[in-house]
Amino acid sequence: MKNLSLIAYLDLKESIRAKWFLVYSLVFGGLIALFFIAGVTESQVMGFSGLSRLLLMYIQITIVILPIFILITTVRSISGDRDNHILEYMLSFPISLKQYYWGKIIGRFITVYLPVLFAMIIAIIYGAFKGAEIPWSIFFLYTGLLFALSSAFLGIAFFISSFVKSSEVALGIAFFIWIFLLAFIDIALISLMMQERFSTELIITISMMNPMEIFRVAAISLFDPELTVMGPVAYYILDTMSQKMFVFLSIGYPVILGLVFATLGFVVFKKKDLV
Amino acid sequence: MIKIDNLTKKFGSSISLDSVTCEFNKNDSIAIMGANGAGKTTLIRSILGYYHPDEGKVLINGYSPITDRVRVLKDISFVPQLPPPIKLNIEELISYVVTSSDVERALILHYANEMKLNIKENLNKSFFKLSGGMKQKLLIAISLAKKSNIIIYDEPTANLDPNARDDFYRLLKQNEDEKVLLFVTHRLEEVKELVNRQIYMDLGKVTSDERV
Repeated sequence: MKNLSLIAYLDLKESIRAKWFLVYSLVFGGLIALFFIAGVTESQVMGFSGLSRLLLMYIQITIVILPIFILITTVRSISGDRDNHILEYMLSFPISLKQYYWGKIIGRFITVYLPVLFAMIIAIIYGAFKGAEIPWSIFFLYTGLLFALSSAFLGIAFFISSFVKSSEVALGIAFFIWIFLLAFIDIALISLMMQERFSTELIITISMMNPMEIFRVAAISLFDPELTVMGPVAYYILDTMSQKMFVFLSIGYPVILGLVFATLGFVVFKKKDLV
Repeated sequence: MIKIDNLTKKFGSSISLDSVTCEFNKNDSIAIMGANGAGKTTLIRSILGYYHPDEGKVLINGYSPITDRVRVLKDISFVPQLPPPIKLNIEELISYVVTSSDVERALILHYANEMKLNIKENLNKSFFKLSGGMKQKLLIAISLAKKSNIIIYDEPTANLDPNARDDFYRLLKQNEDEKVLLFVTHRLEEVKELVNRQIYMDLGKVTSDERV
């Protein structure tokens, strides 16, 4: 246990000192600051105003940039250490591979999740200071959704990192996965739907298996519980389960997905040559 | 202490270790030599449990370095040829060693001092920002402080100036009793006075193994 927390603590310290962490924190903190400067909380679009509107915009942007940030900064975690022989030295000490791997994951999770969370907390504090009504339910749900999205992509990133030999290849795969989940899968599914080759239910199910898509729909469902903005697709989702169940699934599923990928990564890490 | 039995390691189609069998016992001080690609580093890495053998096995005090890595690595100190660009600062690196290996912090500082490394003024400096010689000195200090029964050095003096080499040899002489010392080297003259056994490797095989 002491080794696990030691690895997590050292990885956290190392990450906080890294330039990427500074950029990462500035992007998310800067986004919130930009929204306030731009007067997003004072504007009203489609009935959304104040902090709710700010959080809605924040979450929409987060869907795009959080996964790529997590992927590119984490995917080199083990493969980079392997590349420059850090792994060769650090693993010459009596630390089990389980402690090393999971310690790294815990340290990296705290690093990627805290700035995103802090940005939201800053928004809440600033909003309260300005006298805006605080949408606590939205805040807590977004906290959960961001936790789930971070878990999913961290697990995927560690999985890639465990089997790839060079960090350049790891970066390439990470970028492909991001663009695939962000856009390509939707385009492919839309074309399949138009050609009516597969049932609509199957296509929607595949679409909801994408952690970015389920995050997006869950975020919408908070403001629009009937999912009316999504059109007929909403029927398929809400006929299958209640809105509450869907929100629960949208948090639980990415967390499980992340754990599955992280565990697969550990199995590969353990079975393969270490250096 | 170290038993290597019919060890074969392949990378794709190339054979890096070809049915290597040898044993290293207490008070053996061995120089492992050979041309580039002879299999020296693969052998060392197999002892450290980094590689899964294609055939054969490695046992350290009867334990496998892969399945019993924690138990085995408690007994091994290792200094690589090139100090890696570890981003931790020296204080953090020392705490990593102290916590993971139950090494006394004071002992690391003692050996660093013996290696003429001014560690106290550099504790907050990132390891990778130290000069090549300073990094090597710190890794040597850590390896000695760990008090392992097996010490593996891969070209340990590559970054050291003549005075630092003398310090290193002196400290090793003081710490060699009842241990296995393994030196991977291209220059026998550098460790000649320390070794009592020379092993030559070529194309993944042990071509000569003689006591001196």
